[in-house]
Amino acid sequence: MSRSAAPGFAVALTVLVIGVLIAFTVGRYPIALSDLFSVILGKLSGRPPDVPPIVENVIWQVRGPRVIAAALVGAALAVAGTAFQGLFRNPLVSPDILGASSGAALGAVLGIFFSLGVLAIQSLAFVGGLLAVAAVYLIGSAVRSRDPVLVLVLTGVVIGALLGAGVGLVKYLADPYNQLPAMTFWLLGSLAATTLSDLLPLFGPVAAGTLVLIALRWRMNVMSLPDEEARALGVPTGPLRVVIVAAATLVTSASVATAGIIGWVGLVVPHMARSLVGPDFARLIPAAALLGGGFLLVIDTVARTGAAIEIPLGILTAVVGTPFFIWLLTSVSRTWS
Amino acid sequence: MKLEAHSLAIGYSDRLVGRDLDVVLATGEVLALLGPNGSGKTTLLKTLLGLLVPKAGEVRLDDRRLGSYDSRERARLVAYVPQSHQATFAFTVETIVLMGRTAHGNLFSRPTVSDRAVAARSLERFGIAHLRDRPYTMISGGERQLALLARALAQEPRFIVLDEPTASLDFGNQGKVMREIRSLAASGHGVLFTTHDPNHALRAADRAYLLRDGSRIADGPVSSVLTCEQLTALYGATVEQVTDASAGTSAFLPG
Repeated sequence: MSRSAAPGFAVALTVLVIGVLIAFTVGRYPIALSDLFSVILGKLSGRPPDVPPIVENVIWQVRGPRVIAAALVGAALAVAGTAFQGLFRNPLVSPDILGASSGAALGAVLGIFFSLGVLAIQSLAFVGGLLAVAAVYLIGSAVRSRDPVLVLVLTGVVIGALLGAGVGLVKYLADPYNQLPAMTFWLLGSLAATTLSDLLPLFGPVAAGTLVLIALRWRMNVMSLPDEEARALGVPTGPLRVVIVAAATLVTSASVATAGIIGWVGLVVPHMARSLVGPDFARLIPAAALLGGGFLLVIDTVARTGAAIEIPLGILTAVVGTPFFIWLLTSVSRTWS
Repeated sequence: MKLEAHSLAIGYSDRLVGRDLDVVLATGEVLALLGPNGSGKTTLLKTLLGLLVPKAGEVRLDDRRLGSYDSRERARLVAYVPQSHQATFAFTVETIVLMGRTAHGNLFSRPTVSDRAVAARSLERFGIAHLRDRPYTMISGGERQLALLARALAQEPRFIVLDEPTASLDFGNQGKVMREIRSLAASGHGVLFTTHDPNHALRAADRAYLLRDGSRIADGPVSSVLTCEQLTALYGATVEQVTDASAGTSAFLPG
């Protein structure tokens, strides 16, 4: 490696570790760091730790699932954003560029509208995201153009707007006292209702999609060049684009189904990762996953503890993301390094 | 080995750009493609690269239909040097050159130690080894063109196709790129390049191919094809030729 990525990875890993520690210890029931360590050590050695049972309960039952979910969702959104930014050769792209979030949103609000259970709502959101991106891809491929990537982006914008109109219609028709607050809360993103049973349906797709993207890391470098150039270098860009979009969409849809719509993470974190380890996807994808996990853990801790009520995650990420992005535009936008 | 096209019609799905084109490029020779703006140079170039499908006729590479090659096989025989451009992401010059090794690995592989050695030799040959760790976005236009040439060479192809390699380069870099094109032919590559400057064809090419409105108006050794009459017909504008009798070199002046 020409430029060592070790310091960058150390920073990303530190952010994740700090995020985990903060998320476990801070809250309405504060837990001392020493108690956290003795509980974890106790679990590893099999000896019961010397802490009150409530501390163990808070760590494993209350905060544990939410900490894992926050880390996974943050990592997933950052990885998907990294993949889409490379694929579309545009650093301003976020994971919902092809309609994954708007499709998931329509699925979820329909589920709430028909008073379905939590699992059904999550499944509808997941399927909605996949269907929206599949529709965008099919329409985009049917348009014969010299710039397939641009057509895809425009189709995504158009379909996203149509799905947004659908969400608006369902909200307009919804019961304003029982259903509308639930819809609004879901659309702004939250991990408050996360339980242990949410983790497997989240982990499976996120891990599968991320592994595919890591396997294709070098091809993704080449595909961030103009399409004809990548083809002349021996990369079958058409089929590979389908695979990368499918993997990134799987990752995005799984996290949106669990946590609702959380903007900015997929846009901002890839930039932070790029400034730490450079643009090579071999390092960028793992670094973005670590940073994204740590970032959302900190945000979610603020969401739990910042006010008397839960603050929606989407609002916090926007509050943090906007100034960061403006700073990015004014300082490092020339190279996007 | 030859890259050749027979009664080729070129264009896009909605329009025909050129027809009845026969092109032959052998390894070890340099062919310059000249024509006014909109004459179909780039379309012909992309068809010969296999990036566009012929509308009629066929392109053959090593006596096999170009369309029957998969993208990896093709990339190990033919390299493409686009006009130097600004990249979206700040890859290092070395990474850009290593991308030339893509077709030598499989779908999941990364460049190996031997790929790095090939890239290093290629950087050395074009005199830009010192730029290895610099971001591609932070070097000059001339250096970017050399980096793209190094990438094409790292591809270890038999043919190298360049799209206006001297466009937007300063006078000194234009000469450097012309010399490198000659040396690529000397090392056994078949080189095809497009240019707006007949003097570059005169300087670097063995043969010239004149394209106007999608039709060939001449094809042959530069000394016989590049004349005032031909160039006047090609560009529809008067051209003057100046000759240095003592050195035996000549050049064209527009207008």
